[in-house]
Amino acid sequence: MNLDTVAVAQTSPDTKQPFAELGLKPDEYARIKEILGRRPTSSELAMYSVMWSEHCSYKSSKVHLKQFGEKAPHSDALLVGIGENAGVVDVGQGYAVTFKIESHNHPSFIEPYQGAATGVGGIVRDILTMGARPIAVMDPLRFGPADAPDTKRVLPGIVAGIGGYGNCLGLPNIGGEITFDQTYLGNPLVNALCVGVMKHDQIKLAKASGAGNLVVLFGAKTGGDGIGGVSVLASETFGASGPAKRPSVQVGDPFVEKVLIECSLEIFAEDLVVGIQDLGGAGLSCATSELASGGSGGMQVQLDKVPLRDPSLSPEEILMSESQERMCAIVEPKHIARFLEICAKWDVTVDVIGEVTDGDRLIITWHGEVIVDVPPRTVAHEGPVYNRPLAQPAYIDIVNAQIIDVPLPKTAEEIKAALLTIASTPNLADKSWVTSQYDKYVQGNTILAQPEDAGMVRVDESTQLGVAISTDANANWSYLNPYEGAKLALAEAARNIAVAGAKPLAVTNCLNFGSPEDPGVMWQFAESVRGLADGCLEMGLPVTGGNVSFYNQTGDVAILPTPVIGVLGVIQDVRTRTPMGIPAAGLDLYLLGETKNDLAGSEWAFLHNQRGGNSPIADLQREMKLIDFLLANNSIFKCAHDLSQGGLAATLIETTLKNNIGATITLSDAGIELLSETPSRVLIAIDPANATKITYPATKIGTTGGTSLTINGAEISLADLRTAHTETFPKLFG
Amino acid sequence: MRIGVVTFPGTLDDRDAARAVKYAGAEAISLWHGDADLKGVDAVILPGGFSYGDYLRCGAISRFAPVMTEIIAQANKGMPLLGICNGFQVLCEAHLLPGALTRNHELHFLCRDQTLKIENTTSAWTSNFKMAQEIVIPLKNGEGSFQCDDETLKSLEGNNQIIARYVGENPNGSRNLIAGITNEHGNVVGLMPHPEHAIDSLTGPSTDGLPFFTSVLAALVGK
Repeated sequence: MNLDTVAVAQTSPDTKQPFAELGLKPDEYARIKEILGRRPTSSELAMYSVMWSEHCSYKSSKVHLKQFGEKAPHSDALLVGIGENAGVVDVGQGYAVTFKIESHNHPSFIEPYQGAATGVGGIVRDILTMGARPIAVMDPLRFGPADAPDTKRVLPGIVAGIGGYGNCLGLPNIGGEITFDQTYLGNPLVNALCVGVMKHDQIKLAKASGAGNLVVLFGAKTGGDGIGGVSVLASETFGASGPAKRPSVQVGDPFVEKVLIECSLEIFAEDLVVGIQDLGGAGLSCATSELASGGSGGMQVQLDKVPLRDPSLSPEEILMSESQERMCAIVEPKHIARFLEICAKWDVTVDVIGEVTDGDRLIITWHGEVIVDVPPRTVAHEGPVYNRPLAQPAYIDIVNAQIIDVPLPKTAEEIKAALLTIASTPNLADKSWVTSQYDKYVQGNTILAQPEDAGMVRVDESTQLGVAISTDANANWSYLNPYEGAKLALAEAARNIAVAGAKPLAVTNCLNFGSPEDPGVMWQFAESVRGLADGCLEMGLPVTGGNVSFYNQTGDVAILPTPVIGVLGVIQDVRTRTPMGIPAAGLDLYLLGETKNDLAGSEWAFLHNQRGGNSPIADLQREMKLIDFLLANNSIFKCAHDLSQGGLAATLIETTLKNNIGATITLSDAGIELLSETPSRVLIAIDPANATKITYPATKIGTTGGTSLTINGAEISLADLRTAHTETFPKLFG
Repeated sequence: MRIGVVTFPGTLDDRDAARAVKYAGAEAISLWHGDADLKGVDAVILPGGFSYGDYLRCGAISRFAPVMTEIIAQANKGMPLLGICNGFQVLCEAHLLPGALTRNHELHFLCRDQTLKIENTTSAWTSNFKMAQEIVIPLKNGEGSFQCDDETLKSLEGNNQIIARYVGENPNGSRNLIAGITNEHGNVVGLMPHPEHAIDSLTGPSTDGLPFFTSVLAALVGK
């Protein structure tokens, strides 16, 4: 075997290296040589190439994402901000909550089950790494047309993968979204959110400090999964003798992760680590360089100490492997015996692979020979930054000029037909076929879960403190106006939190876009980030972290700009939460907020193949007034349900079917009032005696009771409505 | 009254089972799979989850855990023992209960609120129910289809060993809609749905699960 050591690299400056195959540009390769003062070894090349990739370095998005810091509102709640594995917010009573959302889009397209499963696994480890016990997950998903053959291929596998992994970890799945659109065909979006809880003093950070402290790798053994592109290096280095191609999608084992979670929490409880990092994208390359970079900089790692599933792996492959269920900890020597003991209790594989040094170099050896000698910050934090060209795409002016012209229901027959269409269309149909594959009960703290407006879990059983989470995106609006679309998604997520009775506190995001090399896509991205940052500033909600997924496109066709916004809220007493379903007959139904003609980007327009017009303009002052009203008057609401996609029609269908209690509704202009999607509106049910307590612009639209939904005399039995609502998914995917 | 709750690697509902024990008024004692000491408990619950990752077969490895040796011995002497979901699978693998749990007939994991009809009110875990009482508790599993040979089925039916049946559509393909069974002595019960998730209407669909846990207290007091 030809080991490419630092010594070899110094004496063979002209060796041709496959940097382009690894995704590095010539100037990036030149910069690596300049940093090192020589050509990189193949191991160093592997590390730089993966850490400087778009996925790890955020090189195209960084210049825009910094707005989240620059425009950050003042917040007393923020304990750990952007930059760590996940942000942490104070929810009171000494508790800190960490939450984050990440994409696993591309792997899930290639291998739906494992791609989605390891997406859950990765985000859960991010949360665990902060020192928190993961307490719930959520999964916003987007697919091509529901009846497309490829959707039938990917959707069942993705759902089974999320369930298969999350259920086995014992994490309740409390919500998410499923939306279908042509542009996601070939580019399904699998975003995974996890929330975790800890006490303030248990927060852990990714840093390696204290010379002489040990670098400990624990969890699964390292295998050849997730290596993908680096096989180029293996074949270069080893000729034809090594394994030729490695799979590029990781394979997960949730049992190993469950044991790793319990083992880690026991280790954290005894305060045995100085710093910790999970191994996700870029594996050991990422963990070692980020830990070293987060500390004083010096670290020595003996790569041959890494336990392997596949002994034929080359050092380059070990550095790049994305084998799941692994963690890297920095442990003081005095604590190592106890650390190893806890790992033994849980049957977790553990090895000391190196130590923190007082230098400023990350040095990695392979059987005594130095194969990596780099300043770790240059790998982890000082990657290339691109200010990519951006330009408003031509389509914007064209679609914005279009006038929406769709038939609106007027007669009783038309109203019935419209309601049945809204009830059954895949974007709005009952999602039980999906959510019944997820365990929502485990841990015994789930207060609200799908199809409620927000997911809610109890944090403390003795005080009934809880948190609520909602994720939302409206890609149709973002397509028409990405700036407003991002703000509107933020407004909707915050509203959903307040509808459930919780106070919005902080924001995470998963920004899914096409290729950043397309100036039009880059403009969509920049506008979305600007909108979200402005919106967060106006609403006083800090962004705690997030994720960017680019290159979601097929040929020249990018996905709709899809910034998924997650909002976390806190509720002092979960017993005061407001559910979405009508709980009893004899209540009055009020629509809070004003309905305008907002059919552009609506589900009704989409159903009539109309994608043009102008999105609503976000009025966040109005949104905040609505949220304040909701929180102040929570106690009089018998139920509350947000109006969003599908407008009042969808809201009425969902609120009546939830507990099978009907309603009689009178509207002056049924077509628009049922189908417009004007933001900042909520449907509530109250005791008639409380009518005077409604101090927000509201319209009484009906009363509850009976076994049908009747609108302006058009009566649909709840049984028929339920059939339409529930049969769509089993017919498509059952 | 002390009720042990076993944690295997991969057990998920141990905290929930312990909470249910407390709601019922007893003390929950945590038992570790690798420790044969039952800490003097009066009864034991094997909670749900994916013990040992369901490797090989659900429950197949757990039955060999050190703690199981002692549990099997005590159960054979009459100690009340409840296996929920994965715990039910362990009881079948340990031959404390007949039959086996196989993959749901629709091949999906299924989590839903399930109506059950109680058919035996003499076992250690069901005495606080009324005969033919209908209850709603969560069902959540991927391998919950109860199967056994015709002779076993006949004897389970004949000996009044069916604890509860699914009402309505068969959720997983179980023979004769069987959701739970007991042994001949009535001290060992295996149940596929999850009563520990139905002890508080704040977090579950009902409080219908609680009588399983209060029943065992009554059985122990009456001894």
